[in-house]
Amino acid sequence: MAEIHGLGSSMKRKEDARFIQGKGNYIDDHKLPGMLWLDIVRSPYAHAKIKSIDTSKAAKIPGVLGFITGKDLEKYNLHWMPTLAGDKQMVLPIDTVKYQSQEVVAVIATDRYTAADGVAAVEVEYEPLPVVVDPHKALEPGATKVRDDKESNRIWHWEVGDQDGTEAVFKNAATVVKEKIYIPRIHVASMETCGCLADWDGVNKQLTFYVTSQAPHIYRTVLALVAGHVGLSEENIRVVSPDLGGGFGGKVPVYPGYVLAVAASVLLGHPIKWIEDRSENLAADSFARDYHINAELAADKDGHIIGMRMDTVADHGYSDAQAAPSKFPAGMFHIATGSYDFQKAFMKVDGVYTNKPPGGVAYRCSFRVTEAVHAIERMVDIMAHERGEDPAEFRMKNFIKAEQFPYMSALGWEYDSGDYHKALKLAMDMVGYADLRKEQAEKRARGELMGIGISSFTEIVGAGPAHQFDIIGLKMFDSCEIRVHPTGKAVARFGTKSQGQGHETTYAQIIAQELGIPAEYIKIEEGDTDTAPYGLGTYASRSTPTAGAAAAVAARKLRDKARKIAAHLLECAEEDLVWDADRFHVKGSPTKVKTIQELVFAAYTNYPADMEGGFEATHYYNPPNLTYPFGSYICVVDIDRGTGQVTTRRFVAVDDCGTRINPMIVEGQIHGGLTQGFAPAMMEEMQYDADGNLYGGTFMDYMVPTAVESPKWEVGETVTPSPHHPIGAKGVGESPTVGAPPAFANAVVDALWHLGVRHVDIPITAPKVYALLKKHGAALEE
Amino acid sequence: MSTHHIHVTINGTLHHADVESRLLLVHFIRDNLNMTGTHIGCDSSSCGACTVHLNGRAVKSCTVLAVQANDGEITTVEGLATNGALHPIQEGFHQCHALQCGFCTPGMMMSSVALLTGNPNPTEDEIRWGLSGNLCRCTGYNNIVKAVQYAAEKMKS
Repeated sequence: MAEIHGLGSSMKRKEDARFIQGKGNYIDDHKLPGMLWLDIVRSPYAHAKIKSIDTSKAAKIPGVLGFITGKDLEKYNLHWMPTLAGDKQMVLPIDTVKYQSQEVVAVIATDRYTAADGVAAVEVEYEPLPVVVDPHKALEPGATKVRDDKESNRIWHWEVGDQDGTEAVFKNAATVVKEKIYIPRIHVASMETCGCLADWDGVNKQLTFYVTSQAPHIYRTVLALVAGHVGLSEENIRVVSPDLGGGFGGKVPVYPGYVLAVAASVLLGHPIKWIEDRSENLAADSFARDYHINAELAADKDGHIIGMRMDTVADHGYSDAQAAPSKFPAGMFHIATGSYDFQKAFMKVDGVYTNKPPGGVAYRCSFRVTEAVHAIERMVDIMAHERGEDPAEFRMKNFIKAEQFPYMSALGWEYDSGDYHKALKLAMDMVGYADLRKEQAEKRARGELMGIGISSFTEIVGAGPAHQFDIIGLKMFDSCEIRVHPTGKAVARFGTKSQGQGHETTYAQIIAQELGIPAEYIKIEEGDTDTAPYGLGTYASRSTPTAGAAAAVAARKLRDKARKIAAHLLECAEEDLVWDADRFHVKGSPTKVKTIQELVFAAYTNYPADMEGGFEATHYYNPPNLTYPFGSYICVVDIDRGTGQVTTRRFVAVDDCGTRINPMIVEGQIHGGLTQGFAPAMMEEMQYDADGNLYGGTFMDYMVPTAVESPKWEVGETVTPSPHHPIGAKGVGESPTVGAPPAFANAVVDALWHLGVRHVDIPITAPKVYALLKKHGAALEE
Repeated sequence: MSTHHIHVTINGTLHHADVESRLLLVHFIRDNLNMTGTHIGCDSSSCGACTVHLNGRAVKSCTVLAVQANDGEITTVEGLATNGALHPIQEGFHQCHALQCGFCTPGMMMSSVALLTGNPNPTEDEIRWGLSGNLCRCTGYNNIVKAVQYAAEKMKS
């Protein structure tokens, strides 16, 4: 009999076989008979009137078969579509473009080369209009209005906390520190871009839509809502999300190209494929972050934090196209009180329109947690330095204590469990903190620059409880359906969608743990809305907290059924049965046994008269609370005074994500997440000039780290299970991306504080550091 | 656009085709021959997802024209395993958890094999530099380095 491989087993991944043999099935690998290609003419301007569109030359190219413009879509009222944040965005413009690379005309042709020829031959005449790129300027009176359908560039204003109470503690504080912190616009840059293949069957009025989606069920419902009036009815829409080459939040939004492909398939009666190239992906798909934060922190005379204020401007580009839960326009940004015990805080955020691509996706981040963690961890470090206290000791003094959990934060989150002291202590032991501080002092005496940076973050993931969390009204539960076949082998389907997280392995392990069926005999399926139960998808580290919980609960329903069958077969009372890994035995009679395989077989062949046959269960899990993973990271850097180059010498990451289902996969996610924290901290940024032109629209200038730049990660763990999750797991995918950036920034500032440097915005590039060294008289010059 | 007749051996099988002069090798392999294990991740030779071996050297097939491969011998990820037995690099990627979404994996493995062919005993730094033309967004590279070390060991024996 095969090994069960339940919780805690680092079994090798089931999904690997196809990926290592070139048999993955990604969107661009799909091909259908009669398939045509769609490509898109995009705007070179960030804001311009469209004076004319001339497709006549393009139409003469052999193989170019058709065009779609905004005016074509307007006839069907399909030129606008809703965003998941409740705003709307153009599918194609009628007369004005609002950001560079905006879609203007769709070209359909026989193959991808001809479609590109067609795009090149379409002539669009523009009249450039004034551009607003800076969100602060966008809020000034008289600023160019980005949206004609809105009163102003302010999308929303959101506040949380006790303003008066916070003001009062700031008045009485012994130390107040303030800083402007910018979290730059970045891009998920998954290795696979986005794309789709729309296949409209005009006879049966059936749409099969293959698409790179982290949330296929939401897509189906959105398609039905957008195009219901032209005959797309939800029972006739099948969304299939195939293997995804990474997602990280970028494959949650619905992009105009998807709607265009569907429209083209309906209009031309052929399957239509649209695959964006890398430049389109970087320039037009949803970006992440772009938060301008004014942060303040107050401490009393003993160095206890007593209050926090943040005033933030959130740049959403031309539309609020984030996928945030509807009640939280700034997501979970108010987790910003972090790992610290204080009760007065106040935050306000203004969402702003600018002439930049729409978005604000939760890039490997549970809705603005990255921004929150960066702000609080930078401020705590500034406070410690300002007061002349060691940043580690300062954190230890201010942490919420293990015995205070469950802990109600100043801004209303109930932290489920944690032991912050233990995690930081372990990280300090692993890195050799005391010795590093000695070394730093010696080096500083010799004029060498070395820094030690700490980040002790608290995450908030697993959205979410139905009373608080919904996206366009859809409650954020998730689901699992388990069917066990007569021979004791199972298939389980979920509302989530793996993008590399390893669901085919970890979900099987959860069910294996609960039912005793070996994980290798449990086939996991996701992404086909015709077969999978409804769920809101995979992002915000929600798969394990929601669908993973649903798997455990559904499996427990089946174990209850197995118990009834066992009592029937063994002729005993249900209460007299003891469960042991994969079998029931009668209490006191270990030889009177029925294994799960025997019990499942009996569910089809010999079950009690008052029982339904078969062995299936479904559960839609509504989490009672969010989960709160945490950790402490310590980064050690050396800085070259001649170049400003920052070298990461060590990076120790202690993560606590509660119960670890597959430790190998958890560790792999931490490595990857840390690298996606390193990237924005040290390398990546989407910059725009004053005219709204993107610098860095290819991988030659948007600097994704290679194996050479990426630090060598050292990981450690503590385990503090979630008290409310069925298996105690919290979710881990995002913790390292969220927790790592401030560790880098704090390390760099730690190296430079004695020179008078208080803060440096990420990405911390060599030129930026060299400029700081020059400004503070510490640069070595030729 | 001129059309050219080419013959290319891919994973031991000879293919004849008439192709446009501008057709990229990666599209020839993927679209014309339906071998979709070789991926496209960028358009600027930056990511390496399209790496294949052309006449024994690792090349980025998004930056090679199909006509340039005329008379050439190509190995793609589909040709790594022999008679159903995985190549040591494939084993290494599986054993060391060196892949997550799997999209960069074929190119990463093809570059790794080319690296090990030229340098059977690479140091960690040599592995990292050897793979610096391939981007991975999921793994953070730690485990990819281990997978290459695993394969290096295995290929010695």
